[in-house]
Amino acid sequence: MHIPDGYLSPQTCGVMYAASAPFWYMAARKLKKTLTSKTVPLLSIFSAFSFVIMMFNAPVPGGTTAHAIGGTLIAVLLGPWAAVMGVSAALFIQAIFFGDGGILAFGANAFNMAIVLPFVGYGVYYLIAGKADKESPRYWIGASIGAYVGINAAALCAAIEFGIQPLLFHTANGTPLYCPYGLSQAIPAMMLAHLLVAGVVEAVVTGGVLVFLKKSMPALLSDLRKEVHA
Amino acid sequence: MASDFVVKTLDETTRAIEQSIFANRFARKDGFLQRLDPRFKLVGVLCLILLTGFSGNLKTLLFLYVLTLGFAIASKVPLGFFVKRVWIFIPIFSAMIVFPAIFNVITPGAPLWTLVTFSSSHTVGPFVIPKTLAITKQGVMGALILVMRVATSVSFAVLLIVTTEWIKVLKAMAVLKVPEVVILVLAMTYRYIHLFLRTVEAMLLAKKSRQVGDTNIKEAHGWIASRLGVLVGKSYNLSSEVHLAMLSRGWSDNPRLIEDFTVGYLDWFWVALTAGIIAVCFTLR
Repeated sequence: MHIPDGYLSPQTCGVMYAASAPFWYMAARKLKKTLTSKTVPLLSIFSAFSFVIMMFNAPVPGGTTAHAIGGTLIAVLLGPWAAVMGVSAALFIQAIFFGDGGILAFGANAFNMAIVLPFVGYGVYYLIAGKADKESPRYWIGASIGAYVGINAAALCAAIEFGIQPLLFHTANGTPLYCPYGLSQAIPAMMLAHLLVAGVVEAVVTGGVLVFLKKSMPALLSDLRKEVHA
Repeated sequence: MASDFVVKTLDETTRAIEQSIFANRFARKDGFLQRLDPRFKLVGVLCLILLTGFSGNLKTLLFLYVLTLGFAIASKVPLGFFVKRVWIFIPIFSAMIVFPAIFNVITPGAPLWTLVTFSSSHTVGPFVIPKTLAITKQGVMGALILVMRVATSVSFAVLLIVTTEWIKVLKAMAVLKVPEVVILVLAMTYRYIHLFLRTVEAMLLAKKSRQVGDTNIKEAHGWIASRLGVLVGKSYNLSSEVHLAMLSRGWSDNPRLIEDFTVGYLDWFWVALTAGIIAVCFTLR
C-alpha cells in the first residue's frame, strides 16, 4: 500500500498533506501536552516497532505472503493519537531512508496508513470491545475486526487516490499522466487483495499479538496505556 | 511452502540492515552534493522531486534523469551502484504494474499494434474488452512517463540520502519548520529500527536453524504473533531504560538541536543551478 512518487499528481499529494496536517498537529499537541521524558523514547521505540511489523511476511493460502501494518495494534496498545505519530514516523523513515513510499506521496501514505487505518480500526475495536476487560474475548476479537476493517478502509482510500488520477490528469490526446487505472479498476484490484489477503493477515497478527500479551505479559497491556495517558 | 515466510522476512530484514548501515556510505566523500549545506541540499532536492512530479512529458523526465546521473558522478557515487539501487524494486515493480495499461482495455487511443480482432466487444468485471485488442500510443506513452517519473523521483531521493549523513538530513528538516521534538522522535526511531532489525534477524535465524520440515500457516501466524508480542515487551522495557539513560544525561523537556551548518558560495551556486534546471524544464514543456 506504500505509494511511491510518480503515481499521484503533486496536486493530489498537496491535498493529502493538507488532509493529514490537522491530525499531525493534534497528535503533536497531545504529545507536547503529555510530553515527559518517558513519552519520547516510548513513541520512538514504538515507531521502530511499527517499522518492524511491516517487515514481517505472514504466509497466506496459495503459497504467497502478505505484510501487516499494525496501525490498529498500536492504536489499541497506546491509543489512536500515539498510533498517528508512531506509524507516521515509521512511514517517514521508510520513505526517506529506505525508499519505500514516496516523499511527495508521504502525505497520502500517512493519511491512509497512519490516520485512516488506526482511527477506523480503533473505532471498530471500541464499538465491539468498549471498556471490556482485557480478559474478555471481546478485547482481542474487537481489535482483530477493527484491524480488518481499518486496513480495508485504508486500501479504499488508496484506491480512490489512484482511481481519480486518470480522470483529472491526462493530456489532450488521452495519455494518462499519473496512475492510469480509473476508479472502476483501482477499487476492485486494491479491495480484492485487501479483503481476501492483507486484511486477514492484519486481523490475525493484531489478535494474535494481543492474545499472546494477555497470556504472557498481562501487566504490560495496562501499563502501556497508562504511560501514554499519564 | 508456508516456511518461506522466514526466508522472505530474513531477506527483507537483511536488505534493510544493509541499507541502514550503508545508507550514507558516500556521505564522507569529497563530492559536489556532499559539500553542500544539508539544509540547501534538502530544499533543493525537494524542489527537484516536485518538479519531477509536475513534469508530464518524456523529454523533461529524461533530462531530469540524466541530470541525476550527472549529480551521481559529480558526487563520486559509483554509477553501477546508483543505477542498481534506483531501478531494482520500485521502478521495475512499477513497470510490471503499469504494463496492462498499455492495452486499449485500460487506455483507449490510437492503436500502435493490433493484437486480436474479436467478433464483438466483451465485458469482464470492470473491464470492457473492445472488438479490436491493441496496444495504444497513449497507453505506451503513459506507461513510459510513469516509470521514468518514478525512477527520477527515486534517483533524487537516493542522491540525497547517500550523500548526507542521516542525522544531518533530520537536523536539516528544522528549516522546514518541523518541530524539534518530532525530529528528536525520528532520530531515535531511526536508531532503534536498526536495533530491532538485528533482533528480528536473530529471531528468524534462530527459527530457521531449528526448523525441520515445513510449518503450517496456523503455526506460522502463531509464531509471528508471539515474536511481535515479545518485541512489544522488549520495546516497553527498552523505552524505560532509555528514559533512565536520558534522565541521567541531563534531559530537559525542551529538546534543542545543535546545528553546525555553514553556508558557502557553493550553496548559492546550488540555488542558482536548481533555479536553472526548473527554467530549462519549463522551456522543454
